[in-house]
Formats: sequence, C-alpha cells, structure tokens
Amino acid sequence: MSALRNMLLLAAASGILVAIAMTILQFFATVPLILQAETYETATPAVAAEADHHHHDHAAAAVEEHHHGGDEWQPADGFQRMGLTAVANVVTAIGFGLLLVAASEFAGGIRSWREGFLWGLAGFAVFTLAPGLGLPPELPGMPAAELTPRQIWWVGTVAATAGGLALIVWGRGPGLAFLGLAVLVVPHLIGAPQPASHESLVPEDLHHRFVVAVTVTNLVFWPLLGYAVAVLRPRFAAELGAPQPRLA
Amino acid sequence: MATTSSTSASASSSSLVMPRLIAAALGAFIVGMVGFSHMTVAHNAGHDFRHSMAFPCH
Repeated sequence: MSALRNMLLLAAASGILVAIAMTILQFFATVPLILQAETYETATPAVAAEADHHHHDHAAAAVEEHHHGGDEWQPADGFQRMGLTAVANVVTAIGFGLLLVAASEFAGGIRSWREGFLWGLAGFAVFTLAPGLGLPPELPGMPAAELTPRQIWWVGTVAATAGGLALIVWGRGPGLAFLGLAVLVVPHLIGAPQPASHESLVPEDLHHRFVVAVTVTNLVFWPLLGYAVAVLRPRFAAELGAPQPRLA
Repeated sequence: MATTSSTSASASSSSLVMPRLIAAALGAFIVGMVGFSHMTVAHNAGHDFRHSMAFPCH
C-alpha cells in the first residue's frame, strides 16, 4: 500500500500549499462580496439601501446578524469565521488533490510542470466551468432551486465533463472524441434546476462581480494544484527508492 | 511517451489499480463531505468557503 500512502502524502502536501494561496485570494476577492451580500440578506430594505452607499462601514454591523434562521451554531465573525474558511480550503484542496493525483496516475503520472498545468486546467473545466454554466456561483440571499436536485445536477455535470474530456483526450479516433463532446453538452441540454424567480435584493452588479471573482480564483487554484502535484511528485516517488519517478 | 506509459501500465496495472481507486474514492468523499454536507454546523462553518467555490448552497 506504499503507492496509496505516497498518493495521500502527495495530495496532502500539494493541497495544503495551494489552499494557503487560495485562502488569501478568497479573503481579497470573494469573501468581501459575500459579506456585502449578507447586508441585503439580513437588513431591512432601508438599511440595505444605505449599505449600498457605504459598503464597508455598514457591512460589518449588518453581518453580525447573519443567520439562516433559528439559533443554530455559526462561527463568530472575524478570526473564527476566517479560520474555518481556511480549514475548509485545506481539507477540500486535499480532496481535489487526491482526485487529481488518482486520475493522473491512471494516465501514467504527471511528468512535467506543463502537464501539471494542463491537468489543473482540466480540473477547472470539470469542477468550476461546467457546473458554473448552469449553476453560477451564488451569493447569500439569492433565490435558488431545491438543494438536493441542484447537488445531483452538479455531481452529474462534474462526472459527465470529466468523462467527456477523457474520451476526447484518450479516445481512439474522432468518433469517440465526438462522443466525448456530446457527453460534455448533455448536462446543459438537461439544464440545471432553477428557482421560480431570480428576483433578489442582491444587486446584479454585485452578483456579476462575484461570479467573476469565484471563476478567476478557481482558475488560479486549479493550475496551481496541478503544478504543485507535478513538482512534488518526484520527491514522494524518490523517497521510496523507486527506480523510476513513479509512485509505485 | 505513449510506449513508455503503456509499458509501465501493463507492468503495474494490477497492483496499482486498487490504490488509485481508493485515493479517488477518498478524494470524492472528502470533497462531498465539505461541499455537500446538509449538517447545519458543518454548513455554517464552511459557509464562505462553499460560496467561494460555487458549491450548491442553502
């Protein structure tokens, strides 16, 4: 099981490094927009209108009321909330790292930093781009369809996009590549579950900036993850004294 | 390159398929846990993260 152990270590090391970078990016790019949107979620219309003009002063005050109803536990704003965002980033980056490592090992392993970038771009297409077409990143307070059907569509789209790309890259002949293309398109023909109305107190401009921020931060995250796996991979293969730079 | 990968794949495929599958399953499990948990506490803890990664939320 040394191969499994090395894949775990490789994914963990890459995931932790990239998650630190991703957390910093999110604190600058996406979290401020989430906090701003929460002023519309919790505030009365009058306060929300005022907050629109003085984002930063009022955001902090309104966010303290942030809740999804009830007395359920939620992190205190500030250090605790930011810390949990960082932890969630680390854990998920390790999970994404494991998926990337496992998939690339099936394909013979990432051999160069450039291949790492390409694997990362594939991860971006699978986990951000394709699901984001039907279910664009949402801000708090925006209407959405039932959670479970959206999650099912999300998982299906991720699987179809990964399968479609694999058929295009490794399928023998153009026939399988076109089949792969069809598989990429199918989830979008089916369509993601949408809310009855998209009307929301959250301004469209704010949402647009959020969609861009989420997409671009993930556009950076994925190639970084692929690059980290590519660069760290020989280290974990070599530590075992393997004759070739492989994880076996 | 194609030759190298097919040679190594045939030499090692049987012993490496399981660890790779386990690694992939573990990765999917972790992402699913953090991104899709319906549990309120986990949900609120990772709130900003999940919005930032565009996981279906709320």
